[in-house]
Amino acid sequence: METEQKRFDSGDLPALRRILCEQGLLSRPDGSASWIQGDTSVLVGIYGPTEVKVSKEIYDKATFEVLLKPKIGLPGVYERSREQMIKKTCEAVVLGTLHPRSSITIVIQVVTDAGSLLSSCLNATCMGLVDAGLPMNSLFCGVTCALDADGNITLDPAMKQEKEARAVLTFAIDSAEKKILMSNTKGSCSVEELQQCIAASQRAADTIFQFYRDSAHRKYSKW
Amino acid sequence: MAAAGGFRTVEPLEYYRRFLKENCRPDGRELGEFRTTTVNVGSITTADGSALVKLGNTTVICGIKAEFAVPPVDSSNKGYIVPNVDLPLLCSSRFRPGPPGEEAQAASQFMADVIENSQVVMKEDLCIVDGKLAWVLYCDMICLDYDGNLLDACMCAFLAALKNVQLPAVSINEETGLAEVNLKEKTPLTIRKEPVAASFILFDSLLIVDPTAEEEDLATGTVTIVTDEEGKLCAVHKPGGSTLTGAKLQDCISRAVTRHKEVKKLLDKLIKSKKAK
Repeated sequence: METEQKRFDSGDLPALRRILCEQGLLSRPDGSASWIQGDTSVLVGIYGPTEVKVSKEIYDKATFEVLLKPKIGLPGVYERSREQMIKKTCEAVVLGTLHPRSSITIVIQVVTDAGSLLSSCLNATCMGLVDAGLPMNSLFCGVTCALDADGNITLDPAMKQEKEARAVLTFAIDSAEKKILMSNTKGSCSVEELQQCIAASQRAADTIFQFYRDSAHRKYSKW
Repeated sequence: MAAAGGFRTVEPLEYYRRFLKENCRPDGRELGEFRTTTVNVGSITTADGSALVKLGNTTVICGIKAEFAVPPVDSSNKGYIVPNVDLPLLCSSRFRPGPPGEEAQAASQFMADVIENSQVVMKEDLCIVDGKLAWVLYCDMICLDYDGNLLDACMCAFLAALKNVQLPAVSINEETGLAEVNLKEKTPLTIRKEPVAASFILFDSLLIVDPTAEEEDLATGTVTIVTDEEGKLCAVHKPGGSTLTGAKLQDCISRAVTRHKEVKKLLDKLIKSKKAK
């Protein structure tokens, strides 16, 4: 099932790049999704809840494992830190207490990186979790903002914009209260700029959540 | 007392909540209170710069070793800074021996990000001869005792050690073309920014500063804010966990700015007393 939306406008801000999503495209994982945001493309497969290694077992909740595979080479320290962020974001939204002593494994494969990779990974993960049918207390989405030298905000920057930017901020936002689940910054910015970026991301999050809704709606209305 | 100890083991969360209801913590601190910070610089004589930081029980030692290297091909006028955080089994039973675990790797990456973001030392300053020779600073941070808030301690130890670095003068012998080190003539590094970290945990919508290891385990989320002396943000690091509003984040930032002043005062005093000797 594929959903596509051509253009998003979020108020007076420049639009997000084109989003494309396909759920359930892999047959072996319990949930899978392919997420394309502009030219950035990631593929996610989710296994779980399933058996867990005794050493990793947690008696009152599910054990999360996130594997981020780069396009080329082996995952390094950079990937580990991103994995940890995605893992902790998932732990906060998925109701892991409903599946104690079990494991939920999320495998993210980067297909193309053309900017805003972390937010694309977050979005793909969320769509994958929805496809896997895991109980969650809210959905989440990732939004990347780039601040240029003049302090202008570009939402969902491409690779070139990211490189030229003075600061790049990535947030994960939950769908229930539009609060910040995760935050990661590169470069330095002032407090006001941070707050502006948060506000812009929250507005952009609305369009992404609308996309999630439309996509789910289309998927289930066919049946 | 024995009953309280039992209660703590059986129902740690409830035990902790009882304290929070009274606006205090099991170790007697208030919610917004940092543990005593002690810094000792120049503790390792064989390193080019070193510092030992204690934040309550959490102990981190940082050693900086300068070596020669060929600058990268794509930017011939830059040196390197290589941070590495080590969490040995020695510091806590939660870590396993062997290759660095997930937490150590994430901490190393965080340090590398902050160094890059804040421009604490311009990499251009580390260049000796354009395209031929540059300094590489290996910054090793080893945790000796893990009692929570690793990032704050690492950041403080790193900054203190960096202030302690003395690089020897290097001249190029024109006949042989080799570098000659003059160990008698040493100069400190130019430090452009002074990043200081402040960490918080989220507990039932409450913000608690400088968590211990026990508190970190009970918490539903952590936030680390790194600010420089101008109050600019070098990092807003929140790796998942429970949600935070913009207003709460603002609260964290203003506390981080206050913390920056405290740490800066401490470091300045230390450097001054060191110089006086």
